Amino acid sequence: MSFRTPLSNVKGLGTANEGSEHFWRQRVTGFANLLLSIFVIYAAYQLSGASYSMVKAFFQNPLHLVLAAAFIISTSYHMRLGMQVVIEDYVHNEGSKILLLILNSFFAGFIALAGLFSLLKLGLGA
Amino acid sequence: MVQLTLPKNSKPKQGKTWNKPEAGGNWREFHVYRWSPDDTENPHIDTYFVDMDDCGPMVLDAVIWIKDKIDPTLTFRRSCREGICGSCSMNIDGTNTLACTKGLDEIDGPVKIYPLPHMAVVKDLVPDLNHFYAQHRSIEPWLQTTTPEPAREWKQSKEDREKLDGLYECILCACCSTSCPSYWWNSDRYLGPAALLQAHRWVQDSRDEATGERLDNLEDPFRLYRCHTIMNCAKACPKGLSPAKSIADLKQKMVERKY
Repeated sequence: MSFRTPLSNVKGLGTANEGSEHFWRQRVTGFANLLLSIFVIYAAYQLSGASYSMVKAFFQNPLHLVLAAAFIISTSYHMRLGMQVVIEDYVHNEGSKILLLILNSFFAGFIALAGLFSLLKLGLGA
Repeated sequence: MVQLTLPKNSKPKQGKTWNKPEAGGNWREFHVYRWSPDDTENPHIDTYFVDMDDCGPMVLDAVIWIKDKIDPTLTFRRSCREGICGSCSMNIDGTNTLACTKGLDEIDGPVKIYPLPHMAVVKDLVPDLNHFYAQHRSIEPWLQTTTPEPAREWKQSKEDREKLDGLYECILCACCSTSCPSYWWNSDRYLGPAALLQAHRWVQDSRDEATGERLDNLEDPFRLYRCHTIMNCAKACPKGLSPAKSIADLKQKMVERKY
C-alpha cells in the first residue's frame, strides 16, 4: 500500500539526462555496419574455399585489415547497445538488470577483443 | 522479468449466456468481458444477443442496448457518442478503438469486447486511467512563457498553427498507449504514445517558450526511448493521428540540438 500520488509515481527519480546519445550511437553504428557489410560480403566472396595462406595474404593488405577491424568494433558495439535495450525492456528486477547489463558489456567486449586479436594475428603475424 | 501471462486471478473464464435469440429478430452475438471488484470471482466472458433491428449501428449502441434491455450491471464509460470525449475506448474485435465510432458492420462474426489491454480494471470495461492521466500531466500540457503576457492574445502565424494539425485533435482516449507493447512492459517509466504526442504538440507550438525544458524532461532512456517504432499506436488511433511520427520527431529534435 502506498499513498504516493500518481504524478509522484510518474516523475519517479526524474530524468536520467541521457538517452539521445545511446539512440544516436545505435543509428551511427547501424549505418557503419551497413557500409562495412559491403566489404564483408566482398571478403566472404573472395575467400570462399580459400586456403589459410590466401586468407592470411588477404588480411595482410592494410585496407582489408582496417575495414575488417572496423566491422568487428562497429558490430560488437552495436550489439552491446541493442542488447542493452532488450534487457531494459524485459528485465524488471533491478539487481538482475544491472548484472545482465554488466555481463552484456563484458560479452560484447570479449567478442570484439577476440575478433581483433584473431585478425591482427592473421594480418600482422609472420 | 516481464509478465507474459495473466496472474491466476485475472485469467478470464467462460461466463454465462444472458439471453437467447428470439424469433422475429435480427440477432447478433456479443462476447463481453466482465469483472467485478465486489466478489472474488475471476473475470468471465459473458454472451449476449442483441436484436440489430432494434439497435443503432455502432458498437456503443449495442453495449447501451445490452445495459438497457438485458443486464443493467454491465459497466462502461461513455458520454458524447460521437468520438470527441474519448470515454468509450475499449478493445473491440482485437483492436483498441472507440465504441461510438466503430461500426458493427465492420466486424465479422460475434463481437468481442474487452477493456483496454494491460490496465488495472476498475469494473467490467472500465480501466483505471489515473496513471495515464498523471503521465499527461507530467509533460505540462499548457502554454509556458517568460515574456510578459501581451495585452491581447499570443499571436501565431497560419503556418505555425498548421504545425499543430494532427496533434491537437488527440482526445486522450488511451487507445494508442494501451496498444503499445513497450507501454505494457514499462508503463511505470515510459510515458507512452499519448503523452508523447502531447509533449510534441507543445514542443511544436510557436508560442511556447519552454521547448528546451520540455525536451530536457524527455531526455531519458525510459520516458522517450522505450519507443521502438512498433506503430501499434498509429494503427489503433481512432482519430487517425500518428503518435509514432510525433515520437520520431521528438527523437530527431533531441539529436538536432546536440550538433
